[in-house]
Amino acid sequence: MPHTQTELTVWIGGAAGDGIASAGESFAKACSRSGYHVFAHNSYQSVIRGGHVCMHIRIGTHKVLTQGDELDYLVALNQDTFARYAKRVMEGGAVFYNTDKFKATGEGLKKDVQLIGLPVMELIGNQQMQNTALMGALMQVLGLDPQAIRELIKERFLKKGEAVITTNLEAFDKGMGHARSHFTPGGIRIGSGDGKRRPLAGGNPMIGFGALAAGCRFYSAYPMTPASSLLHWLVTYAAKTGLLVKQCEDEIASLNMAIGAGHVGVRAMTGTSGGGFALMTEAVGEAAMTETPVVIVEAQRGGPSTGLPTKSEQGDLFQLLGASQGEFPKVILAPRTLQECYDMAIQAFNLAEQYQCPVMIATDLYLAERLETFEGVDLNRIPIERGPIVTQANGAYRRFADTPTGVSPRALPGTQGTIFTAATDEHDEDGIVISDVYTNPAIRVKMMDKRMRKIGFLLKEFPKPQLDGPAHADLTLVGWGSTYQVMLEAMEALHKEGLNVNVLCLRYLWPFQTQEVRGLLERCTMTMSVEANYTGQLVKLIRMETGISIQHHLRKYDGEPFELKQVVDQARTILKTKPAESVTVSVVSDEGLPPDFSPVENPAIGAEAARQH
Amino acid sequence: MAQVKEYIGKIKPDWCPGCGDFGVLNSLQRALAELEIPPHQVQVVSGIGCSSNLPGFLNAYGFHGLHGRSLPVATGAKLGNHALTVIATGGDGDGYGIGVGHFVHTCRRNVDMTYIVMDNQIYGLTTGQASPTTEKDIRTKSTPEGTIELALNPVALALTCGATYVARGFSGENLHLAQLMKGAIEHKGFALVDVFSPCVTYNKHNTYPWFRERVYKLEDERHDTSDFRLGLEKAFEWGARIPIGVFYKVERPTYEDEEPALRSGTPLVKQPLHRNDLAAIMEDFI
Repeated sequence: MPHTQTELTVWIGGAAGDGIASAGESFAKACSRSGYHVFAHNSYQSVIRGGHVCMHIRIGTHKVLTQGDELDYLVALNQDTFARYAKRVMEGGAVFYNTDKFKATGEGLKKDVQLIGLPVMELIGNQQMQNTALMGALMQVLGLDPQAIRELIKERFLKKGEAVITTNLEAFDKGMGHARSHFTPGGIRIGSGDGKRRPLAGGNPMIGFGALAAGCRFYSAYPMTPASSLLHWLVTYAAKTGLLVKQCEDEIASLNMAIGAGHVGVRAMTGTSGGGFALMTEAVGEAAMTETPVVIVEAQRGGPSTGLPTKSEQGDLFQLLGASQGEFPKVILAPRTLQECYDMAIQAFNLAEQYQCPVMIATDLYLAERLETFEGVDLNRIPIERGPIVTQANGAYRRFADTPTGVSPRALPGTQGTIFTAATDEHDEDGIVISDVYTNPAIRVKMMDKRMRKIGFLLKEFPKPQLDGPAHADLTLVGWGSTYQVMLEAMEALHKEGLNVNVLCLRYLWPFQTQEVRGLLERCTMTMSVEANYTGQLVKLIRMETGISIQHHLRKYDGEPFELKQVVDQARTILKTKPAESVTVSVVSDEGLPPDFSPVENPAIGAEAARQH
Repeated sequence: MAQVKEYIGKIKPDWCPGCGDFGVLNSLQRALAELEIPPHQVQVVSGIGCSSNLPGFLNAYGFHGLHGRSLPVATGAKLGNHALTVIATGGDGDGYGIGVGHFVHTCRRNVDMTYIVMDNQIYGLTTGQASPTTEKDIRTKSTPEGTIELALNPVALALTCGATYVARGFSGENLHLAQLMKGAIEHKGFALVDVFSPCVTYNKHNTYPWFRERVYKLEDERHDTSDFRLGLEKAFEWGARIPIGVFYKVERPTYEDEEPALRSGTPLVKQPLHRNDLAAIMEDFI
């Protein structure tokens, strides 16, 4: 008798070039269109062909907050995937594979796990459509309505013509048919969805969407994972929406171009990852000194240096905080959810223009590239705040006038009577450089005070940080950005065990909300940080700004996202043992590789892919 | 014609007496006046260096940015509001040293703007080190036994990278220089005006008399500015005779002409912030 759950997890793995992402996206989208909530994370490598790729897709009849730890069904497009994960498939689940590719045995598999081999060549006479056939088998065994996938196949091959659509639909049907006649329905089933067709997106498209909603008209960037998909998403809409997307020679040019566009009055943005941001560093200060609005997206990946190009990490907080010489107002936002990616992108443009300073949006690969369902955004209420802009000269115009808020009304080039020069040298209220021959300590102090005064007003724009969960708990999980949802899910799991936990996950990182964060932390019983880095960067920032030390720490810097179990287990341990001394634990994901695995001695993955193509 | 004085900025130039950059500033003011471009429609962008202080001395919108980064800022400004006349200015260290990557790509992009380089073949503001255009074997503060590297050839580089108007002037020839600048500003596309602008303080080799003995005007020899190969050949002429004038000029669609976001012709800055196509985009997420 199949066991019906409120959620289930499917992994699709193989070599890069096997089409994992597109198969996984089709499955995810079919589910999101069929009334299920979806969360998918693609674990991939930095090679175009041959590297190991595995997409983790969790679907639920309720909101699913993470990719999930457990594996119900596995689609193994190569032997390597089978060897790594087949033994982890839960009782009653199944492993799907192409019998032309490798031989599989049930050895080591859990009880009642079906091995569903598809003789692809015999069935459809074409290896190129193996994914389509396997999807058919998957939908059949899961007992899901195949209509959504059939619809997606039609959409995907629309431009290629009727014949291609027909062939693919046939391959899909044959995969389904074969599974129906040769195998039994899967032992793990999911209840019916609610019928709602939900939007499905990642953090990057949501930031892009927010930028468009905010009236962004200029995006300049140099390709870098995991920010490239923001470039790709935006350029898809460029011609249609009148957004100018400029691929630049490097990230230095990217930010400088965005600053040029911002200077003339266009809402402009650039996006990159840590390495590219390092190159942009000097121009961050340029935007601040010339008081030019600009938005910078930094999608973090594993560092240092080239690091882990296709893996996630929260390792750049101090790079963002310390970017560029000298002291100046800047904003660092760290959205925690898709909704916040959209909302905070809009807010970023507003803050950048209202306060005429650089605004940085810090995400990471895990948030930027995930696929998750969301409930849709309110397109009727998009707040656009530009700050003061002078359109007509009214007496002598002073571009950098000293004002009570530190914000000087802007004039856009082209306006009559408001001519000024914006200089990166220190300058006076008129914009006249004081650093060369006229250096005047009093003016220097006045101008510094003017710019820095904005910080206090910026802080007032930020909503207060909130605890999630009960107001009082025995343990507070503390984090920032993308780890929010795993902390929330861990909290729920711990509540079910009768443990009293809450969550403080920050999204406004700079200027720091010292009073508010201190106020919340002072009331906490025990605290444990959850950060995807080695040194605990948020912990350091909190201590620096509030004087409060988070007591215990859970860290991860292997590039893979936190697993729910890892957070739950460590929180439980801390709650049960109440250690007097600070405890720091690092957790690692099990990717099914021996610790001494060498890619030099094991070229099999790449070689197999090479043979196939 | 507009008055030159309309283009004179609030600040007196702080260059050394006799600096070549005075001639460049004067020529630019004259060119703008002759073209009758209102000062508020001009955006000048510079980097860092003695010559990059120029925007403050000119009555026009200015952006005095980072060392070597004038061209990307100018590009962003032009793409953001292509109704503006955008002029980037700077020196040889700024444009051909630290910023040469941007120079190469800006040439091939053909954005409709003008780049004026005050080339004094030395680093002036940092007190006399070798620059990318310092000639070989020249002794400078950073090369006491003479430079080892070959000098970069800006004219040849611009030509091979696709610039559509490539000229060289001499700040000792003010009127001629103003004409070159006028041509550059009027030209639809990326125009380089490399200017011999002697540094009287730190370059004791490439002096006014040194140039006066050598420079000649290409137009006096009926140079064909439409001949790319000939222009390139002339770019390598150096020594006893050094050409100034327009080396090459060609009409090619500008970046703005071909940019899909600018098809409507309305500058980005004039386009509304609120948009009505968001619901359709949202549908694509489903």
